[in-house]
Amino acid sequence: MRGIAVQNRRRNNDKKKKNGQICALAGKIKRKTIRAALMGFLIFTGLFICSPVFFLLSGAITGEYELTQAFKAVLFGENGFISWTLLPEFPTLEWYQKLLFYSPQFFVLFWNSVRMVLLILAGQLVTAVPAAWAFAVYRFPFRRLLFTLYIVLMLMPFQVTMLSSYLVLDRLRLMDTQAAVILPAVFSTFPVFLIYRGFCSIPSGLLEAGRIDGAGELRLFVMIGLPLGSSGILSALVLGFLEYWNMIEQPLTFLKSKQLWPLSLYLPEIGLTQAGFAFAASVITLMPAVFVFLLGQDYLEQGIAMSGLKE
Amino acid sequence: MRKLRKKESAACLLFLLPSILGVIVFVLAPFTDVCRRSFTAAVSGDFRGIDNYKQVFENKAFWLAAGNTAKFVLVCLPLLIGLGLLIAGFLSRFRRIHFLKSAFLFPMAVPAASVVLIWKLMFDRQGFLNLLLTRLGEAAYHAGIVQSAPVFHIDYMGTGAAFWVLVFSYIWKNLGYTVVLWLTGILSVSDRLREAARVDGAGEFTCFVRIIMPNLKPVLYTITVLSFLNTFKAFREAYLVAGSYPDESMYLLQHLFNNWFTNLDFDKMAAAAVIMGFILFAAILLLQKLWDERE
Repeated sequence: MRGIAVQNRRRNNDKKKKNGQICALAGKIKRKTIRAALMGFLIFTGLFICSPVFFLLSGAITGEYELTQAFKAVLFGENGFISWTLLPEFPTLEWYQKLLFYSPQFFVLFWNSVRMVLLILAGQLVTAVPAAWAFAVYRFPFRRLLFTLYIVLMLMPFQVTMLSSYLVLDRLRLMDTQAAVILPAVFSTFPVFLIYRGFCSIPSGLLEAGRIDGAGELRLFVMIGLPLGSSGILSALVLGFLEYWNMIEQPLTFLKSKQLWPLSLYLPEIGLTQAGFAFAASVITLMPAVFVFLLGQDYLEQGIAMSGLKE
Repeated sequence: MRKLRKKESAACLLFLLPSILGVIVFVLAPFTDVCRRSFTAAVSGDFRGIDNYKQVFENKAFWLAAGNTAKFVLVCLPLLIGLGLLIAGFLSRFRRIHFLKSAFLFPMAVPAASVVLIWKLMFDRQGFLNLLLTRLGEAAYHAGIVQSAPVFHIDYMGTGAAFWVLVFSYIWKNLGYTVVLWLTGILSVSDRLREAARVDGAGEFTCFVRIIMPNLKPVLYTITVLSFLNTFKAFREAYLVAGSYPDESMYLLQHLFNNWFTNLDFDKMAAAAVIMGFILFAAILLLQKLWDERE
């Protein structure tokens, strides 16, 4: 009797185990499907988010005839809808050619953009890096108060400081010069904040050791601060580049003459009647930003993450 | 706190000086001047008391713009923060997501000027969105779901829909860094803690709500502040697509400031800048205080 009971139990156990295995398998399949569905959703969203750029790229190599055919509904108010093919039937480089060889004005504007962005970033390096170092290393009086002020200033939108910037630029007779766009941006406090975060990770013992070895304050800054804080500095540069390459409000307010404008302000003026030209110009404007984005993506992410961590 | 030695304080001062001087000259001093001007007449410089402020508050355009801006913020922030959390939550379950993260961050690199053309084509009366809707309608008609195939000719930029176009463009632009910020928060929770919770029988969802969420509070603060301030930058797309006087539904404070500036309405501008500055200042300090108390 006892033997049978044991056998029965064992059989039952075996059955349970088998059932368990099937359940586990089903669960695994279910989990795998969910994961695949999630991945599919994420990839679809990602593609959707990037789609305007694919659109620009294909538009820029579409010839005039095909563009007019595609856009005639929008352009001439005819019936029907806009149409679009993923790739043009007859790809052409005519728009790039026109842009690069027959529009000297475009180069002036491109150069304006480059010059303004580089000067702003250079100015920020010269002023913001030392200031961030001072905030991170020295415990001077009113430090907290001053730092809070910097944070508040960094968070103020352009509209609040618009009139005050105008007043000072007008007093300095800088209106309608590129310095009017560059100077206020140089003293933006956002890079100070970001670079400060990078410097904070340097252990203070390192600096004390340096001091005991007889290094001067400037030497500490150059030999320890700059190399160890470089990722913070690079983050600030990458974020700064993307921000200032996309500048609209400042040049719109402070620059009257169009030959001083950056590309970002001029592009929308081209209009739909020259769609192919506008597409090509948009692509060229996009390129430096994408270049910086791809090169500095790790620093960009670090910069974003850094602005999120607590002090 | 250790007192600074003489040499150190000299160095400290030198490091700080360029930045502080610049901030004083270009921001603080002129803003004090703006505060003073908000109580005087722009042309004569006579003291006018709070007349400028009264003028701002009696201005219809101001209330329209302020209302729209408030509505924009109240719609965008929860939407952006929620969507970002959802996507970050999904992303955190996969290992190799470098490529996807790039895709979400990519709009940050796209200058507003480059996509304006696309937005125009998409939201035109005969543009892509209406085309898509009409095709969907036809498909539904053929499938027998609806009685007749509707043809969509919605004028997005000229009606109240313009507001939603702006919301869309804002979300598109800002989703990337929200996702990255949420992700850093989620990944900062150690795997061990999550494993332990799972061993104790917590499901995927419980695990997320009980273990991960509490760790995200500091990130939430940053996301809120940054996203809020970026709502002001939505002006770029709005201005480039629709100009200085867009549809009423998307006439924002930024348009108002811009137009006052073009019309040299400096009295109103000064008063409004002071009002806005102080409201934002209070909001930032309040948020920061809330944040500190939570820790």
